[in-house]
Amino acid sequence: MKRGRIHRREAFLNQVAERLGRKAYATNVQAPQWRHQPQWTVFQGYSEDDLLEVLKTQCAAIHTDVFETNKEQLPLTLQKVVSRYGGGPVVTWNDPRFAEYGLSHLLYHHWRNSGIHVHIWDPSLGAVNITEAEQANIGITFSDITLAESGTVVLFSDRGKGRTVSFLPQNYICIIPKSTIVPRMTQAAFYIHQQVKAGKEVASCINFITGPSNSADIEMNLVVGVHGPVKAAYVVVADG
Amino acid sequence: MSMKIGEEPFHARVKSGIDNSFMRGAVAGAQERLHARRLKAAAELGNWEEWRALGEEIRQHTLANLDFYLFQLSENVAKRGGHVFFAQTAEEASQYILDVAMEKQAKKIVKSKSMVTEEIQLNAVLEKAGCEVIETDLGEYILQMDDHDPPSHIVAPALHKNKEQIRDVFRQKLAYDKTEKPEELALHARQTLRREYLSADIGITGCNFAIAESGSITLVTNEGNADLVTALPKTQITVMGMERIVPTFAEMEVLVSLLTRSAVGQKLTSYITVLTGPRHLEEVDGPEEFHLVIVDNGRSNILGTEFQPVLQCIRCAACVNVCPVYRHIGGHSYGSIYSGPIGAVLSPLLGGYDDYKELPYASTLCAACTEACPVKIPLHELLHKHRQVIVEQEGRAPISEKLAMKAFGLGAASTTFYKLGSKMAPSVLNPFTTNERISKGPGPLKAWTAIREFPAPEKERFRDWFHHRKKAGDQP
Repeated sequence: MKRGRIHRREAFLNQVAERLGRKAYATNVQAPQWRHQPQWTVFQGYSEDDLLEVLKTQCAAIHTDVFETNKEQLPLTLQKVVSRYGGGPVVTWNDPRFAEYGLSHLLYHHWRNSGIHVHIWDPSLGAVNITEAEQANIGITFSDITLAESGTVVLFSDRGKGRTVSFLPQNYICIIPKSTIVPRMTQAAFYIHQQVKAGKEVASCINFITGPSNSADIEMNLVVGVHGPVKAAYVVVADG
Repeated sequence: MSMKIGEEPFHARVKSGIDNSFMRGAVAGAQERLHARRLKAAAELGNWEEWRALGEEIRQHTLANLDFYLFQLSENVAKRGGHVFFAQTAEEASQYILDVAMEKQAKKIVKSKSMVTEEIQLNAVLEKAGCEVIETDLGEYILQMDDHDPPSHIVAPALHKNKEQIRDVFRQKLAYDKTEKPEELALHARQTLRREYLSADIGITGCNFAIAESGSITLVTNEGNADLVTALPKTQITVMGMERIVPTFAEMEVLVSLLTRSAVGQKLTSYITVLTGPRHLEEVDGPEEFHLVIVDNGRSNILGTEFQPVLQCIRCAACVNVCPVYRHIGGHSYGSIYSGPIGAVLSPLLGGYDDYKELPYASTLCAACTEACPVKIPLHELLHKHRQVIVEQEGRAPISEKLAMKAFGLGAASTTFYKLGSKMAPSVLNPFTTNERISKGPGPLKAWTAIREFPAPEKERFRDWFHHRKKAGDQP
């Protein structure tokens, strides 16, 4: 990638350095070991099942429906959840996990044969993807990491993993492999930090999504469904 | 100064705030709800004080090494193909953004909520040049539609408006024909703004936390508007106050956890979005071009002074939500986009004492703000420091404060006057007293009690009580 431009840095940083009592700005600082680290003790020692219970409890607070299933039943469960939220049009990521979890038939044949329009994200089609997402009733993605405490799914954008699949459709369904559940944001942030330290590029967009969009801007009344999806559902798949 | 809202003098603003009974009811209700939610969210963690200590330590370390982290941030943004502009003044920041807009021949610009763009008056600059600028956060959108009514709360900008007023604004400006139900109003905004995201040339955002190690910016929202603002237009411009930065993802996580709990009592808001550079070549959504504008605008002058801790602020408004003075006078009384205790500390520093010398006195120094702050800014101590600076160095305490002190000095200096005065006080002040507090006092107390209560004099004077106590032979 072509390096971007940096304007007027020297004078700006030297002013900051001077105020901090340095002659020139520092170019190497290591963050210390923090004296307190309470974030690591939350749900310490919880099993996968314990964490799933935490997630389910939290989902009630964030207006999100949870459906549990296993790999064999997943196509049927997903089909039911989609019709419960009003059916197509459907837009999905182009993600190898759909095939791994036995959903290819549903996506490529079953829905299409039964009159449900399905658009699978395809970068070669350019802006058509966005129009499709905007007109879709339901967007479907997988969760890359799932946070039990807050009921959050973490999505890393990529060529087949468009950002707007989880934002533009009226409803959003996220498939959560049970093995992706961690206690809280701490574990996800640590994982990403390790990637950065190892010199790997972070995704251009990392979304931490917690239920449907909402606002309390009018007289502090909670309205669920504002600019992003109006409804959200998680389908948790036992994959152990 | 650009962060200023309105030209009315302080006491006139306070009076219109106090006379606005809807606003006062709304503020009191919101304070109670947000306060309760914050306490519950903190209690769920169990060791909130440890979290606060960690938050404080992270913020202090980052500020002490701000030059390095800004350097690292800019290097990493550039590595990922983004452009960085360091703006020492509000004007430099706005001019750079205007230059980008002109280069892109931008007609329509969508924005997600950002305090710093309010501070640099960006919208006015862009609108003057002929761009249409649309705020997309629901609260900000309502204010913009209502002829740019200023925000009255850092997190809930339209807190001072009721739903009927919002309905009327929508009817006048947006051809709205439904009721004052919040759901219907929000749906209308959703439908109207969808078209704007899809047709905008530029998306502008603020920044909750920049991450130095990766050159990323973090946006914390509930509505999903920031995600559409950054996913759909071809150009993204993010504006950040220079202190809004953390070393790595690990610290971002801690501060986000503190922010969402302290602001709205949520474990996380619906959307925490971390964006790094423009989109990759093979990606379809996300901007083709990314600009990060880092704004000083008076902040570096705070560094290295006794007021440095104010830069630890993560803009959660927990201090606003516990402040008894804010509860009485509302956000507009502060005359600044930054209201409440944090506004009373920050506004004089960024905007100068000429405009904001009264704000440090709009406080009871009760320390509720300091106790609520998730990153342990000693807010009430900083307010007290402001008063010291104003009195000692600037010699310009508000007139009423001077008169009160003078009168007290006169009364206290003479034994006869003092005896007489303290004896008369209970009956003279009785008509102004409710529940042992004076909230609308006469004479020199008027200006004082306009913005804070004054304890009612005890029915029995200390001198009398002491005298009787000794006589009765009570145990000390």
